[in-house]
Amino acid sequence: MRLQFILSEIWIGLRRNLSMAISVALVTMVSVLFLGLGVLSQRQVDTMKDYWYDRVQVSIFLCTAKSDLPNCSAGAVTDAQRKEIRSQLDAMKPLVKSVFPESQQQAYDRLKEQYKDSPSYRDIKPEQMPESFRVQLSDPTKYDVITSSFIGAPGVGDVQDQRRILDPLFNVLRGLSYGALSLAGLMVLCSVLLVATTIRQTAFSRRRETGIMRLVGASAFIIQLPFILETLVATMVGTALAVGLLWAMVKYGVGYLADKLPINFITTADVLMVSPWLVAIAAGLAMLTAWFTLRRYLRV
Amino acid sequence: MIRLENVSKTYPRSSQPALRGVSLDIERGEFVFLVGQSGSGKSTLLRLILREERATAGNVLVAGRELSTLPSRKVPELRREIGTVFQDFRLLPNKNVFQNVAFALQVLGKSRHMIKAVVPETLEMVGLDGKEKRLPHELSGGEQQRVAIARAFVNKPAILLADEPTGNLDPTTSLDIVRLLDRINRTGTTIVMATHDDEIVDQLRKRVVELNNGELIRDQHRGVYGAQR
Repeated sequence: MRLQFILSEIWIGLRRNLSMAISVALVTMVSVLFLGLGVLSQRQVDTMKDYWYDRVQVSIFLCTAKSDLPNCSAGAVTDAQRKEIRSQLDAMKPLVKSVFPESQQQAYDRLKEQYKDSPSYRDIKPEQMPESFRVQLSDPTKYDVITSSFIGAPGVGDVQDQRRILDPLFNVLRGLSYGALSLAGLMVLCSVLLVATTIRQTAFSRRRETGIMRLVGASAFIIQLPFILETLVATMVGTALAVGLLWAMVKYGVGYLADKLPINFITTADVLMVSPWLVAIAAGLAMLTAWFTLRRYLRV
Repeated sequence: MIRLENVSKTYPRSSQPALRGVSLDIERGEFVFLVGQSGSGKSTLLRLILREERATAGNVLVAGRELSTLPSRKVPELRREIGTVFQDFRLLPNKNVFQNVAFALQVLGKSRHMIKAVVPETLEMVGLDGKEKRLPHELSGGEQQRVAIARAFVNKPAILLADEPTGNLDPTTSLDIVRLLDRINRTGTTIVMATHDDEIVDQLRKRVVELNNGELIRDQHRGVYGAQR
């Protein structure tokens, strides 16, 4: 079949079935939009994790004279204990990337700097602050190794992992992205069903044409081709709209937040990276649905 | 060109066979009238030749192909050698005369150049020159059937099947249509025409094959519609 003839048949088909084509395009747009949002929010969580996990530390707090932690009943940490902890940490390379000892005075200064406007910490004194080793790990997920090695060790009051503060946030974000993906799954199901119904209806309304094609000896592929291509055009219009919307949301919505907040956000480059997959998924699903529906409802 | 060997056909939801043990041989270039009452099996026989249906038993050979073993992907090739005309014309209402005829060539991938040359030639042959731009609803019944014949013949098929092509036409127009089919037959095309029109059959005196309740009861050269006449 000549290209010009195919294109003119597709154009006639789309024009005649305009409202159905628009509905397929719109439902595809919504489903691809949710799919894109789901994937992009996963990427956002990963981006934030990469950013924060690089910065989070495990803090080994040492006992002070006034410490009321159960492991500190023997009093403040001794020099020997401090040296022992340090040498143990040094022995744990390469898991331990770097160790930064923080004295009571340094801890006090940092607190004062962070909460300089807050009256709650006005009366606090340097000797009330715990001395600590701030440990950065090459693999932040293995903080358990540090905890199990140092918790309860002589002179160690407590071991805290900053990840524990961040993880609930990441879990919420991850949950939201799974929510978007589940919604996307539901919408994809809707669009697959709509595409199937549309093709079924179009095949019925064009049974005279397809009947003639069959009688004059057109092959099954040629008879099915206009239906598949029309579906593809409608779904690709929807996908293009969805990608455009995602791009605009990231460019202007996320871009605005990125200017205001000191957090690493995804950029339009992430949208461009995700888009080919979205196009491939939408096109693949449309063609697969069209093929299955035509096999069932179009006699060739 | 067409051979049926002891062919029977029973439709899945019917206890009565539509055809029983029909054997028939139609040579290249023959003109055969297929007559019989409604439900006698005429249309079933045409559908078997077109491989719209498969025989329940027996062999159907068309243009050198054994249809019971013909794979589905080869059916389009078979149908390119068969033109088909129906009682209800089956034209595309949104396409004009030229486009309706050209459609049969376009879906086979023929070039624009070839279509531009062949379609007017065919329209002239069926007596529709000058009416290329008319839409089907702007034509009389006879003219619509001529368009359908042009579409069936434009690819120069070896066989032309006509299922009651004059069923919706008045006697004079019907005779014109059958004369047109006769002219096509003279070009070497084998024609099988199922009909109820006794006047036409009697007037043309071609080979007549009569079916009754799915059985072939008469095969007569230069025959008439009713056997007793």
